[in-house]
Amino acid sequence: MLKKTALFSEHQRLGGRLVDFGGWELPVQYSGVMDEHLACRKAAGLFDVSHMGEIQIEGPGSESFLNFLVTNEVSKLAEGQAQYTALCNEAGGIVDDLVIYRRSRQNFLLVVNASNTDKDFHHILEAHSRFAENFDELGITNASAQYSQIAVQGPRAAEIVSKISSIPLDGIRTYHFAEGTLCGSIQALIARTGYTGEDGFELYTPWESGPEIWNKLLEVGIPLGMKPCGLGARDTLRLEMKYPLYGNELSDHTHPLEAGLGWVVKMNKADFLGKAALTKAKQAGLTRQLVGIRMIGKGIPRHGYDLYSETGDRKIGNVTSGTQSPSLQVAIGIGYVELSEAKPGTKIRVDIRGTLVSAEVIPTPFYQRNKT
Amino acid sequence: MNYPENLKYTKDHEWARIDGNQAVIGITHHAQNALGDVVFVELPKVGRILKMGETFGVVESIKAVSDLYSPCAGKVIEVNQALVDQPALANQEPHEKAWMIKVEIADTSFIDSLMSAQSYSHYVETLN
Repeated sequence: MLKKTALFSEHQRLGGRLVDFGGWELPVQYSGVMDEHLACRKAAGLFDVSHMGEIQIEGPGSESFLNFLVTNEVSKLAEGQAQYTALCNEAGGIVDDLVIYRRSRQNFLLVVNASNTDKDFHHILEAHSRFAENFDELGITNASAQYSQIAVQGPRAAEIVSKISSIPLDGIRTYHFAEGTLCGSIQALIARTGYTGEDGFELYTPWESGPEIWNKLLEVGIPLGMKPCGLGARDTLRLEMKYPLYGNELSDHTHPLEAGLGWVVKMNKADFLGKAALTKAKQAGLTRQLVGIRMIGKGIPRHGYDLYSETGDRKIGNVTSGTQSPSLQVAIGIGYVELSEAKPGTKIRVDIRGTLVSAEVIPTPFYQRNKT
Repeated sequence: MNYPENLKYTKDHEWARIDGNQAVIGITHHAQNALGDVVFVELPKVGRILKMGETFGVVESIKAVSDLYSPCAGKVIEVNQALVDQPALANQEPHEKAWMIKVEIADTSFIDSLMSAQSYSHYVETLN
């Protein structure tokens, strides 16, 4: 039996094409991936991301425990601020990538990948039970079932969300949030975060309030060019930014340094899970690196395709995600390659159904929005 | 959806328009709709000999890669370069402008195994 978000009936009503996404029945598209993708880049996209997991950690020991748990520096996080980070196992492998929202001095909300929620929750409980004596008292709750999460992303997102928000959005900077009400009386965490590369908001509200907020956003957003977007557009939007997707670019066996997440690993902070292994990996030197590629020859790189050196005589890595970029109209991909092949400008080849097609490592993000 | 009466259809959602010893082959409305935005089409070289049921090319949407299967045995005598240049035609006019290959048929007995427009419409309904 597939799980449904509170917005399931809305997706049906809108003609969304429902698929099994990691055990959740969610729309892969409504009007079409291309159309939705471009609407999000030009105006706004509306996404149901209620499948994401929410884990709450609170109490006097929460900050120091979290700082031991994740790779980024949690003590630098101010109240009302969000932080992207990684959760590692002791071998330095990525258990998950997540965003931490600091709601108060002793109250944090961790937003994790849907398919990893149970794994993460058990990983966190286990870490706590092993090291509890090092930390002051704290409580850990899997609060995923309490939240609907709706994302509004795109250049007109602020204009749209401001129409239903009780609080002014100007004061919420990127990777910050505020607690307020939506549609008059619905309590919400209003965060200026997202997974598209556009300005935008992620709205965390009580589970049962999802449909009211969703429908109000459609009402005010559609006249401004907003469209409901499915998982297909969510994937192509993040891919154009080279944002990693757990299960594609990230896994229990990849470590954050090779995945391009070194910027969220603070080696100088006190001990954290995976630190010893990551220190060792760093000293030994990276063997591979996640890069962006653009096709020169014809074809589209796809998850699992092999990558070869320019001469075609040596396998150098593999594609983790790829698509035809709706914004750029070229075929792009993300993949791991040997360090010697990772420099932008390096010519490589992609094994597309037995043919070694020419491609190039290029700087990322692939897409850059016009910042006003 | 009304499927054209002058075409024959396969369970793999290809259509064939048969004219004497030649067949023009494409994918159906149902196929393009299931794929979503078609962004890449790969077709065989003219002159290639196809077996019945053999993969003759690939059609890719933003999300998916799908093989194309030949409903008949024969020799490829023409490919639709306009479709290769403009893959979105597969979404816009799957039964006409987005034809894929023209084949010189080796043996016409395959025609009996194909579905009429009416049978194919029923078949598609059972899938929904």
